[in-house]
Amino acid sequence: MTPDVLLADVAHARAGDKGNTLNVAVFAFERRHYAWLERHLSEDAVAARFGHRHPNRVTRYCLPQLAGINFVIEGALEGGVNQSATLDRHGKSLSYLLLGMCLPSPGD
Amino acid sequence: MHPSSRRIAHIGCGAGFAGDRPDAAIALVAALAERDGPRYLFFELLAERTLAEAQLRRLEDPDLGYATHLFAFLAPILRPCLTHGIPIITNGGAANPVAAARRLRRELESQGLEARIACVLGDDLGDALDDTADWLPADCPREEIVSCNVYIGAEAVTEALLGGADIVIGGRLADPSMVVGALRHAHGWEADDWQHLAVATAAGHLLECGTQVTGGYFADAGRKAIPDPAHLGCPIAEVGSDASLVLTKTPGSGGCVTEQTVKEQLLYEVHDPAAYLTPDVTLDVSRASLETVGPDRVAIHGIQGHPAPATLKGNLGLRGLWFGEAGISYAGPGAVERARLAMDILRQRLDDRLPALRPHFDLIGVASLFNDGSGEWLADRLQDAPAVEDVRLRLGLVDRDREAVELALQELETLYLNGPAGGGGVRRQLGESLRTRSFLIARERVTPFVTWP
Repeated sequence: MTPDVLLADVAHARAGDKGNTLNVAVFAFERRHYAWLERHLSEDAVAARFGHRHPNRVTRYCLPQLAGINFVIEGALEGGVNQSATLDRHGKSLSYLLLGMCLPSPGD
Repeated sequence: MHPSSRRIAHIGCGAGFAGDRPDAAIALVAALAERDGPRYLFFELLAERTLAEAQLRRLEDPDLGYATHLFAFLAPILRPCLTHGIPIITNGGAANPVAAARRLRRELESQGLEARIACVLGDDLGDALDDTADWLPADCPREEIVSCNVYIGAEAVTEALLGGADIVIGGRLADPSMVVGALRHAHGWEADDWQHLAVATAAGHLLECGTQVTGGYFADAGRKAIPDPAHLGCPIAEVGSDASLVLTKTPGSGGCVTEQTVKEQLLYEVHDPAAYLTPDVTLDVSRASLETVGPDRVAIHGIQGHPAPATLKGNLGLRGLWFGEAGISYAGPGAVERARLAMDILRQRLDDRLPALRPHFDLIGVASLFNDGSGEWLADRLQDAPAVEDVRLRLGLVDRDREAVELALQELETLYLNGPAGGGGVRRQLGESLRTRSFLIARERVTPFVTWP
C-alpha cells in the first residue's frame, strides 16, 4: 500500500476571494508531480474537502504549463467578507484547508 | 530613437493595499532612479469595502475621503520622484481624489516642491442614482447606499500622463489599469491593441499586491523559505515595447522573485484563467509560462489578450449590517471541555433570549479559521479529543439589529461570573459592517475624465 502524503509537502497554494466565491490556485513544487495533482484533485475531491462549507459549485481550471490547477469554489465563504461572521471573513487561510489533504504518495 | 529599437519601461509598485508598509517605496524609488528609460511608480490603496468606508469619511468631512495613509506613502518619495522624473500614479484618492490633490498641494509646498497634479474622475456614480439608473440591482434599498463606484480603465491615466502629469490621483481605477495607463504612455499602445494591453494588464496584476509577488504571503517554514522576510523588496516589472515582461524587485532587498512566487500571484483572485475581465482588456493567462532569466528575475510568456468586455463592473457600498465579535479564553487542564461547556451555555442563552440571531461559534486552538456557521468542522475536530490546553471561545455575529448583537456580546461577558471555571480575557467589539454589491453597467454610460486641480 502506498503511504499517504500531505498535499502541503507536494504543492503550494494561495487563496483569493470575490464576494462569496473562493479561488485556490495550487501548484506542484516539482513539475513531475503535476499529473499526480491532476489525478487526485478532482472537482469532487475538492468539493468534499470543503463539504462543511457547502459550496454550490466547484470548477477546476488546469494549467499544465504552470504545473498548477485553479479551483473556483462558489458559496464557500459563509457569505464572504460582506456578511460572514467567521474569524477569517476573506477565507484567506483556506489555501491550507486544501493543503491539509492527505493523499496517496506520488512515490518519487 | 530608431523606430525598431526595443525600449523597456520600468514600473514599480510601492504599496499593495491601504495597510501596507509605508517605508518600502523609498528603496524602490532609489532603484527606479538608477534605471534608464520610462519609469513609473504606483500605489494600489483600495479594496471594495475600503472605498465605501472612504465615502463615509467624505460624508462627514468634505476634505476627507481619500486613503487614510495616502500621505504616509507619498510624503517620503515626492522629492526623489520629481527629481528623477518618475511619475506617480495612485487610486488612493478613493472617494475624494480632489481633496487628496488639495492636501498634496500643501504637502508639496511644505517640502518646497512643485508638481503637475492630475485627478482622474468619473468613477463615482453616487450622484447618478436617480430613476434613470436602471443598472442598479432592483432589490437594492436606495437608502442604504453610501457609495457607488465603477472600475474604470487606463484611458484617463494615459491622458493625464500625456498631459505632463507628475502625479495622477484617481479613485476606483482598476488596480492593473494604473499600470496599463503607464505602459500605454511609455509605448504608445492603442486602446484596442488587445495583445499588448493584455501583457500590460498581466504586469499590473502581478504588481498590484506589492510584495505578494516578491515573497510576501508566501513563507512556510520547512517548505517555502524566504530570505530576509522583514525587508521584502517592492516588485518591479520591466515591460518592453515588444511586450516582453520580466518581473523583478528592488535590488539588495529581502524576499525573492521565483517562478513559485510569480505563479501564486498570477492566479490570485482569478477565476477563469482564460477570461480575467478588466476595463481595458480580457486577459488570458491560460497558456502562460514562466522562465527564470536571472537571480530574482522571472519572465512571463504566453499572455494573450481578447477584446475588453462591453460592460464595466461597479460596486455599491451599503449600510445596514453590524458585525460583533467577543471571546473568552480557557487554559490548563480540561481547557477544551470548559470552553465547550461555555459554548453550550452561551448557545442556550442566545437561543432563549435572542432567537433571531445566527451566532457563529469557534474554539480558537481547536477549530476557527476553517470552521463553518453550523459548527460541523468544529464538531469533527472535537471528536478527536484535541490535546491542547489553551483555547478561546469566539462568538461572531452579523445582523441588522445592532442592539441584539450588543446584547449577545454582553451574554458572552456574563460568562465571567456565570460560566465554567477559569475563563479569562474577555474582549468584545462591535462595528458597522459595510457590505458591497456588484453590478454591471454599459461602458458608454461611464465617462472617466482628467482634471488639473
